[in-house]
Amino acid sequence: MREPALEVRDLRVRVGTLEAVHGVSFTLERGLRTGLIGESGSGKTLTALAVMGLLPDGLGASGSVLHEGRDLLQMAEIELCRLRGDRLAMVFQEPMTALNPVMRVGDQVAEPLRIHRGAGRGAAGRQAVQLLERVQIPDAAEKTRAYPHQLSGGQRQRAMIAMAMACSPDLLIADEPTTALDVTVQAQILGLINRLVEEEGATLLLITHDLPVVAQVCEQVMVMYGGYIVEEGPAAEVFDGPRHPYTRGLVDAIPPLDQDLPERRLRAIPGNVPALGEFPEGCPFRNRCPRADWRCQVMPALAGEQHKVACWHPVA
Amino acid sequence: MSGPALFQVNGVSRRFRLPRTSFRHAPATLTAVDRVTFELHEGESLGVVGESGSGKTTLMRLLLGLERPDEGTVEYRGASLRREVQAVFQDPVSALDPRMRVADIILEPVRVLHLPGDREKTLRELLEAVGLPQGSARRYPHEFSGGQRQRVAIARALAPRPRVLLADEPVSALDVSVRAQILNLLQDLREGYQLTLVLVSHDLSVVRQMCDRVLVMYRGQVVEAAETRALFRAPRHHYTRTLLDSVPTLRKRRAAST
Ligand SMILES: Nc1ncnc2c1ncn2[C@@H]1O[C@H](COP(=O)(O)OP(=O)(O)OP(=O)(O)O)[C@@H](O)[C@H]1O
Ligand SMILES: [Mg+2]
Repeated sequence: MREPALEVRDLRVRVGTLEAVHGVSFTLERGLRTGLIGESGSGKTLTALAVMGLLPDGLGASGSVLHEGRDLLQMAEIELCRLRGDRLAMVFQEPMTALNPVMRVGDQVAEPLRIHRGAGRGAAGRQAVQLLERVQIPDAAEKTRAYPHQLSGGQRQRAMIAMAMACSPDLLIADEPTTALDVTVQAQILGLINRLVEEEGATLLLITHDLPVVAQVCEQVMVMYGGYIVEEGPAAEVFDGPRHPYTRGLVDAIPPLDQDLPERRLRAIPGNVPALGEFPEGCPFRNRCPRADWRCQVMPALAGEQHKVACWHPVA
Repeated sequence: MSGPALFQVNGVSRRFRLPRTSFRHAPATLTAVDRVTFELHEGESLGVVGESGSGKTTLMRLLLGLERPDEGTVEYRGASLRREVQAVFQDPVSALDPRMRVADIILEPVRVLHLPGDREKTLRELLEAVGLPQGSARRYPHEFSGGQRQRVAIARALAPRPRVLLADEPVSALDVSVRAQILNLLQDLREGYQLTLVLVSHDLSVVRQMCDRVLVMYRGQVVEAAETRALFRAPRHHYTRTLLDSVPTLRKRRAAST
């Protein structure tokens, strides 16, 4: 096992009186690309926000998040600010809400350099052009003077990635970075994230509901449902031989691009994703699971060697 | 498989005026749908794919008569466009009036179109057809999950007994674990009600499984129209090839496992 870039231990996130993330633990190995798969309500975004210390008011986190021997959850906000945008960076789904609408793109991209590297206006400005060139925004010099709404969705996402990579972070968390984009643009952005992470030797946590996106980018994968990690392991193993009935269901439900299904019927998972607070006690998937029985009233631990699963009746 | 043409679309264009950016220039126009020609045949399932802004929704609105063509013609060959052509859209939340009970939502088109028949019976059959419990009738949209709301929207679209169902991104706002249910439901209904289906989707794998024929749109134009099998086996237009190459799949893996 390589050196960990981030170690999360027993992380819990509360939303008011409800617990949305139920004590998840995982390690991101340095230089690896890990996918965190989950649909709405699984707790994946809350996990990321808690790690970054960005939970909105009214939400609380407990547990520990270790980065270079220090617990981010115990850190003062001023110290966290120093890490964010420097050692730790995040890219969000909707760049329009993450970018400042009244600030020129170049100034925003240069901001981390000015804050964390003490770069002067001129130097930061020149680097901003280089950063925009690096994320392949055409006419980068011109675009530094543009406002976010003057860029296309794909260009905004590129600008946000440029900003996130400005200080060469060692951990990049990307939350649904391509969900709002067309597949052709998605392919470019994923390629870009892949290349930057590789060049910088950075660690990537890629959060998405889209399994094929993870298959394309990541070496490792974690699957969340109802606030628990229910399966994790090397991406190839998990996608070729999913062991949790939920992961199995997700993999089976994806319509193949290169062959016809009999009778044009997809293999669907029954039921709906419950609202927060309405998941069953014990295993959160048991009310939709074909393998569930009385044992599933208690949540099993996530167990195994490389490939781990939290299930009393895993798929062979 | 497919019968006579129900829709005959001939060189249809729809232009929008863009907001004026300067007083010195005339306002620019955007051609959302650009000289599109195709036929929709009874019983077929037609997929429409293309990137955001390529004109897919505008084309659906032209079929529904919600947009007037600036040039060309859209001809419906059935008896009554308003009754026989119904639509389901992406976002089941904004599509359903939150103050109305499910029963009233589903029967609204029947009421508006003054269709004869036993409404209680129609309602029971529709709930059954879309897989909602009968008790749903008295409840309000907010009491349902996204997937169930889309079932309500589908039941409403089916209420006037349409011949054509236009589904514009019907599953993209839904949780991944319920998408397949809704797609299977559409497939069942197609057979059960002999529906002609137009399915707009940005997900090529979905179109591959659901549709007999596909229109590929790019900047308002149909750049390729082909039988689904042929399109996926041998895409002819450069844009179609780019599109197909861009789709990530579980099998196309870039990163090797360590
Ligand atoms: N009422 C309108 N006024 C002005 N422009 C419009 C109007 N409706 C659509 N457009 C423009 O027409 C073009 C085509 O839009 P349309 O909604 O048909 O695309 P689409 O293919 O459905 O895209 P998406 O995949 O994002 O839903 C876009 O550039 C859009 O901004
Ligand atoms: Mg649309």
